[in-house]
Amino acid sequence: MSDARPVIPVIVWPGSNDDRDAQLALERLGVEAPRIWHTDEALPRETAAVVLPGGFSYGDYLRCGAIARFSPVLRAVEAFAAEGGLVLGICNGFQILTEAGLLPGVLRPNASLSFVCRDVRLNVEQTDTPFTSRCVDGQELTIPVKHGDGCWFADDELLGELDANGQLVLRYAAGENPNGAIADVAGVINAAGNVFGLMPHPEHAVDPLLGSADGALILGSLVDAARLSLAAAV
Amino acid sequence: MRATVLVRPKPGILDPQGQAVESSLRHLGFEVSDARVGRLVDVDVATDDKTEALAQLERMCEQLLTNPLIESYEIELEQA
Repeated sequence: MSDARPVIPVIVWPGSNDDRDAQLALERLGVEAPRIWHTDEALPRETAAVVLPGGFSYGDYLRCGAIARFSPVLRAVEAFAAEGGLVLGICNGFQILTEAGLLPGVLRPNASLSFVCRDVRLNVEQTDTPFTSRCVDGQELTIPVKHGDGCWFADDELLGELDANGQLVLRYAAGENPNGAIADVAGVINAAGNVFGLMPHPEHAVDPLLGSADGALILGSLVDAARLSLAAAV
Repeated sequence: MRATVLVRPKPGILDPQGQAVESSLRHLGFEVSDARVGRLVDVDVATDDKTEALAQLERMCEQLLTNPLIESYEIELEQA
């Protein structure tokens, strides 16, 4: 495995607010994580993966993520993803990826209409992804959520298809669903397996001091995969 | 040409906002059911051609104003 530090840029929109935490968490995992402004039209040449962080891009106007998907940098992210590049969307980043059509389903206002901010327990349903490879089958993770629009929705047909394909990677543990998401879905991967979005915030759970270090399993999996792609490219 | 776009949650889509509004209306003593809350966008389109305006508005709805998975839309053009 290469000793070089993989480059995993973190995109910043007006209203993003978890970009620095994501940067810090990635750096602690041995990664270079430059923050990239949304008007940039290209990703750094050596980009091994991209993170779309949480926040409230464009004030959540119209629908969460609906405006950010038209930013210049997202064209670059789309092109990167189309070539198999690894893309992780956290919370608002997840919302942006669904609005852009890079991930299935849509994120709607929480069923309670209340903002929810607390630790939730999650079940890892798939471990053979670049985002969960450090987890073991059926592992329970504790990672915080903090969102007002985390109610993931897909109609029955789409839901059945995603379930059959093993794309429902993370689900809230029994009794934990904080937002009314259908089938307790907390995180979804695309059919190609290189784009993943989740509502919980792994970047806020990377040290026992924060209450949990389980988020480092998600980000660490991504870093492992980024290192592999780096090694393959050499 | 002035246009109004009405965006509604599709039938069968859970609408917690509509439920909250309905509940408040009931508290006020109104006998109501099935309240749904959508969104209204008024916009000036830079054409006087009705067909062209409609075509543009439909593209606006599909690209930005609605998420077709969960929302339907209705376009109203102001009579010239």
